[in-house]
Amino acid sequence: MSPTTRMPSLFRPRNGVDQSLLRQNRALVEDIDRRGVLRGALSLGALTMLTGCDVSEDDTVQKALRAVSAWNDRVQQAIFRPNHLAPTFAPSQVVKPPRFNAYYDIEDVKPIDGAIWTLEFAGRVADKRPWTARQLYALPEQELVIRHICVEGWDYIGQWSGPNLRDFLQRVGADLSAKYVYFICADDYTESIDMAAALHPQTILATKYAGDVLADPFGYPLRLRTSTKLGYKNAKWIKAIEVTNDFRETFWSKQGFNWFAGI
Amino acid sequence: MLQPPDTTVSPARRLHPLPLRVMHWINAIAIFIMIGSGWKIYNDDVILGFLHFPDSLVIGKWAQYGLQWHFFGMWILVLNGICYSSYGIATGRFRRKLFPLSARELLATVGDALRFRLSHDDLTHYNAVQKVLYLGVMLVGILIVISGLALWKPVQFSELANLFGNFQTIRVIHFLCMSAIAAFVLVHVTLALLVPKSLVAMLTGGPVVLDAAPRAGAAAEFKATH
Repeated sequence: MSPTTRMPSLFRPRNGVDQSLLRQNRALVEDIDRRGVLRGALSLGALTMLTGCDVSEDDTVQKALRAVSAWNDRVQQAIFRPNHLAPTFAPSQVVKPPRFNAYYDIEDVKPIDGAIWTLEFAGRVADKRPWTARQLYALPEQELVIRHICVEGWDYIGQWSGPNLRDFLQRVGADLSAKYVYFICADDYTESIDMAAALHPQTILATKYAGDVLADPFGYPLRLRTSTKLGYKNAKWIKAIEVTNDFRETFWSKQGFNWFAGI
Repeated sequence: MLQPPDTTVSPARRLHPLPLRVMHWINAIAIFIMIGSGWKIYNDDVILGFLHFPDSLVIGKWAQYGLQWHFFGMWILVLNGICYSSYGIATGRFRRKLFPLSARELLATVGDALRFRLSHDDLTHYNAVQKVLYLGVMLVGILIVISGLALWKPVQFSELANLFGNFQTIRVIHFLCMSAIAAFVLVHVTLALLVPKSLVAMLTGGPVVLDAAPRAGAAAEFKATH
């Protein structure tokens, strides 16, 4: 299947949304939004003044808890088994479509045009020439039927396929002794994983789900799927990969979720 | 010269020695943190549709704070639990306090309890129901830690996770262990409040105890040989 003829998205009406409606009301929508933000900011400020003490106490507690979380990162790194495989399942157990997860609702997914999309590189990568979807989709595929576990507690079995990340990193001449692999996403999401997880045999750059090209909400044209991390580490709509030794907080870790997030 | 066994040695030996009291209260804090933050985590994907823990009862304003508390509390719970178990085994406290345990004694105690004839005058002796509850909550405590480990690392410890079943089964087991511990805490705290001297004993150490079983044996031996 060509990367540009993807599976019809279940999340877009067959005839599309009437765009004129949005155009007519755009000014109104934006205005409401701006007022909402202003009001929100003001009440947040007021709240801070009212409970100034609590907020600073909260900061101290947060500092301590985040230090423990960083310690837990190290513990998880230490107990990680680089070649231990996660359980795999039969294709008959696969849930279709996969369960959606993001920091926004499924209706707000902004589909990517696979015809003009490219994958770019930064950091310790020898060959930084961008890849097109066509080139990527021509690479040998690996299939994983693995359990997706969300930090919230739900899980499902999914069937993902695409190029193996280790092979791909080798192909572009990435420094495999570097510490981290970052994924910069089209929706301003960022995620990073440690190199050991990136090199794990069950870590792929997924392009397909259950044999069909990924649907928009699940990361078309390219996403990460690793069997060794919680759901939120599996970046979707990847537009760039960076290999680096510098640690930076990522979308969820900035908000206090554990960075390593190993399972 | 042979001296008769001295039953008055180590006068500081209390019903609840200091290390035990310290570990008891550390454990109380750990259980409080783990259950409160566990409820916060549970709320994000409930197991029982009708059960949602109110915000006033959970620890952690946001999901990530609940998780942070839980993965902080686990260290206290586990490290303190290891110390407590080692202490209980090494000093013989578990053996002295919780054994022997007989089904007949258990039935008799239950019967007494139902007829409100249970006596709490002697804090130093646990009745059969107490023995069963204390042993049971310890076993559940071990199970909740093991199932928690399987939930935390279902891939790294997949061999362990497979013993329990699939991921949701492990969650349910972890949840049931929590329910059992919460029920225990409810009974334990209620009884401690009804018999306040037991609560005081856990703070101050309680009555001085003569190490009954082994010393009685020693006394008998002394008599027999003299």
